Amino acid sequence: MHFLANPGRFVRIADRVLPWVSALAVVLVAVGLYAGLVIVPADYQQGDTVRIMYVHVPAAWMAMFVYASLAAAAASGLIWRHPLGFVIAQSAAPIGAAFTFLALVTGSLWGKPMWGTWWVWDGRLTSVLILFFLYLGLMALVEAFDDPKRGQKAAAVLALVGVVILPIIKFSVDWWATLHQPASIMRLDGQTTIHASQLWPVLVMALGFTAYYIAVLLVRVKQQVLASRLRSLQLAAADA
Amino acid sequence: MSALGLARLLLRRDLALAWRQRGQVLLAIAFFVLTASLFPFAIGPDPNLLARLAPGILWVAALFAMVLSMERTFQADFEDGSLEQMVLAGLPLPILSLTKALVHWLSSGLLVTLASPVVALTFSLPPQLYLTLLASLALGSLSLSLLGTIAAALTLGARRGALLVPLIILPLSVPVLILGVMAVQAEALALSATPHLLLMGAFFLLLLPVASFATPAALRQALD
Repeated sequence: MHFLANPGRFVRIADRVLPWVSALAVVLVAVGLYAGLVIVPADYQQGDTVRIMYVHVPAAWMAMFVYASLAAAAASGLIWRHPLGFVIAQSAAPIGAAFTFLALVTGSLWGKPMWGTWWVWDGRLTSVLILFFLYLGLMALVEAFDDPKRGQKAAAVLALVGVVILPIIKFSVDWWATLHQPASIMRLDGQTTIHASQLWPVLVMALGFTAYYIAVLLVRVKQQVLASRLRSLQLAAADA
Repeated sequence: MSALGLARLLLRRDLALAWRQRGQVLLAIAFFVLTASLFPFAIGPDPNLLARLAPGILWVAALFAMVLSMERTFQADFEDGSLEQMVLAGLPLPILSLTKALVHWLSSGLLVTLASPVVALTFSLPPQLYLTLLASLALGSLSLSLLGTIAAALTLGARRGALLVPLIILPLSVPVLILGVMAVQAEALALSATPHLLLMGAFFLLLLPVASFATPAALRQALD
């Protein structure tokens, strides 16, 4: 982590890694989508609508994973004053919000044919909606200050407070058993209740989404680093 | 002077300030009553329906009334520099934050709680539910005051802080809202409200250390 503390070095490494991660994201998402939408047979009860799962489940995982990594980056900024911690947290928020939105929309599209309703105020749906608002709050808080550093730090504190939402989302299906099904893949008893032929496209999609997240994050962090360098150069030029 | 002595002075000063500006405090209560009284106009005057919805309506109205006054928690002290002086005088930030939360609760949450039976009466809420309603509002508003000081400290010096505070507070206050309404509804169904009230107490205890870390961290950034 200290190795990457130099923003200049980070940008150089990011430039080298970026094409590989981007290519990996494209390949994995293409394979995952082809497997999920074409190869895997339709469900005997749900028919073709089960294919929504191959986008919905990985997007929902990413919604939580991005938040966890955002909070970790915010913590490293607050605790060890890692110079890129706040920048990474700030750059991750819109990506996480997009994944959360994707999970909510695909879930809604899946809910209409299966449950007969676009939306229910069930524990899982409500807690993910709260996560979405939390992302929006973080994005608004970063933007709300004249001094960009102050906004980043305030958002970092809020990000740490918001971590309580993650266990609530994970266990919401066990605490409030309503419409959303309980976990099939990451279960406490270790017994996955999804067939292997359906599981692997989900995992490939999740890895593809992760690669996509890393690629977009690298671009956004790089852009932030360059923007702040530009700002300090302009200030120096104005002083001279 | 010891930290607790300073905290007691701060408490006395802030309560005196709240007492001298009691018009503002009463405004929050008026807002609470007004918001709640909009619902019979919006959903019709059927007493059975209103009695069933009363816990939820009262809770949402109480939440809004409390959010209104949250932004001001540190604002005046921050602007005239007394916040900085308190820190220089040796008042530890966690104790300052908790004292401010207590003042906010005494001047909004507690009063809204005390005003709630009057509104509940107009919603024809069954009399045996009043005690649970009072307990759930009192306990829940304590958590809301803690959350409110976090949000107020985070948005200190922000542009459009008045809009930001609700955006931060409302998602985080959903657990309090759910448990508070469920406590009254459980009592209405002749079930026990105790588990919900205990969970609300647990949430409050969880928030105590969270708020005594997060609010000082946010205040330190504002004072930098």
